[in-house]
Amino acid sequence: MEHLNKTYPGGKVAVEDFNMEIEKGEFVCFIGTSGSGKTTTMRMINRMLSQTSGTIKLNGEDISKMDAVKLRRQIGYVIQNIGLMPHLTIRDNITLVPKLLKWPQDKMNERAKEMIKLVELPEDYLDRYPSELSGGQQQRIGVVRALAANQDLVLMDEPFGALDPITREALQDLVKDLQERLGKTFVFVTHDMDEALKLATRIVIMDGGKIMQVDTPDGILRHPANEFVENLIGKDRLIQARPSITTVGQVMLKNPIATTPGKSLTDALRLMHDKRVDSLLVTDEAGILKGMIGIEDVDYNFNSATSVDDIMNRDIFYVQSNSLIRDTVERILKRGFKNIPVVDDQHRLVGIVTRATLVDIVYDALWGDEEEDEESNNIHHVDETPATEVDQTGAEGGDQQ
Amino acid sequence: MITFLQTYGMQLLLKTWQHLYISAFSLALGIIVAVPLGILLTRVKSIANVVMAIASMLQTIPAMALLALMIPFFGIGAIPAIIALFIYSLLPILRNTYLGMEDVNPALIDAAKGMGMTGWQSIIKVEVPMAAPVIMAGIRLSATYVIAWAALASYIGAGGLGDFIFNGLNLYRTDLILGGSIPVIILALIVDWLLGKLEAVVTPKTSHA
Repeated sequence: MEHLNKTYPGGKVAVEDFNMEIEKGEFVCFIGTSGSGKTTTMRMINRMLSQTSGTIKLNGEDISKMDAVKLRRQIGYVIQNIGLMPHLTIRDNITLVPKLLKWPQDKMNERAKEMIKLVELPEDYLDRYPSELSGGQQQRIGVVRALAANQDLVLMDEPFGALDPITREALQDLVKDLQERLGKTFVFVTHDMDEALKLATRIVIMDGGKIMQVDTPDGILRHPANEFVENLIGKDRLIQARPSITTVGQVMLKNPIATTPGKSLTDALRLMHDKRVDSLLVTDEAGILKGMIGIEDVDYNFNSATSVDDIMNRDIFYVQSNSLIRDTVERILKRGFKNIPVVDDQHRLVGIVTRATLVDIVYDALWGDEEEDEESNNIHHVDETPATEVDQTGAEGGDQQ
Repeated sequence: MITFLQTYGMQLLLKTWQHLYISAFSLALGIIVAVPLGILLTRVKSIANVVMAIASMLQTIPAMALLALMIPFFGIGAIPAIIALFIYSLLPILRNTYLGMEDVNPALIDAAKGMGMTGWQSIIKVEVPMAAPVIMAGIRLSATYVIAWAALASYIGAGGLGDFIFNGLNLYRTDLILGGSIPVIILALIVDWLLGKLEAVVTPKTSHA
């Protein structure tokens, strides 16, 4: 699917010089304040509105040259007010587009059953009327109605705006799941940033008919293009999002204390003593992580073993430096490790995450707002906090800085 | 009462039939013209006000005057009466059709269009069913008017139950006046009741309750 320049001045400019290309299978969210042109843009895709200039192409074909009615039948459409026909049963509502396309009756029946299963509602609901369903159930039907005729592209205009938060979340999960499972392309208009961040593979932020930023949710959180985008995201979210977009590499302590397998236990013990740590990471000459030894191991085996290689623990837990904190923090906390070595793509040791580092992350997530100025001093900050009480090893790693 | 029926029974049946026939014809014409016109007006809103104003104006012409006006054009008899009554039936149907169609939830129309219904499909499958109760209310109102005013049609020689009433008025015969009026009332009530049933049928079901 290909989008080209669309401008839409109509006395008032609603959408100005909009350029975008949407790939198949993407979940694109248009977000912006009221009057930002997001709905206008979306409605131009199925020609509910016609653009003043510019072209929109669907699968390489200019939609303005297509028959508008046929075009709309191959694009799913879900609106905020649900838009189920109150005088038609759920079955007839679901098969509305197939009926327009003159599918045979038995195929439509089958489709209706398939669709209602997709949204996890009982089959006997098919013979009910929309008013006999709850708002959330109605919108579930609204969503599958947009898929019933095998539409590859689905447009949604604030479809969950009128639902309560719990129902909304359930429907968001449903839509996301359907999108991932069925590989449909979604264009989703919303003014709810949480919704956009949750659902989208790419977010288009609009203001005054212009695109402010187009990026992935992570990209937008990480690099808001301008003040407007920052405000739209909200300061709270930017701070909360930090653990979710920060990588391990950004918070780890660099220059961890390491030794090599060939060293003797005496050397290792001396190194521990000098650096005031209770364990050492073991790497080979190329810096590849091999294992770890603790002071307990040294103490226990001091008389029987000679080199680090003999006693080091080879089966250790480590994380990749480019993995997200969001994904790792919980694992680290749950396993109760004191120190987690951090490696790069080539499995080379590049740093260490200690429990003190974790304290720092949690601390930042909660009070990061006030600490913003000190952000760059994160590492030193560890030393100032009474980290030694939490952890007697890793904090000292900071001494090497 | 019995003697009245014995004397005028056959005549009463004939006049009732004439009355019904004139009314039904006028109303049918009214529906055929006013419903599509009302729908059309919702598509061409710019002329809606003008058309409504004309229909309202026609409504204000006194019934007697309108009937008398028909004579130069259509002579006397049933046809001018039907035309005059048809004009009267227009406004309630037209206005209710227009309002009923305007009142259909725009979200439904938007959804219908967005799913790929043609304008015509949207009207037939969505808008008219949704507006049906309001349109029917207009038709019932018109039916009652038409049946009542059809009594005046006797004045221009159209026949109907009005014959009894006018005779009674001329001859100072209360029994004739009542003999004409009461069937008109009964007729109006029955027709309204039947149309009420029809309204229930055409009103789309929206639940099983």
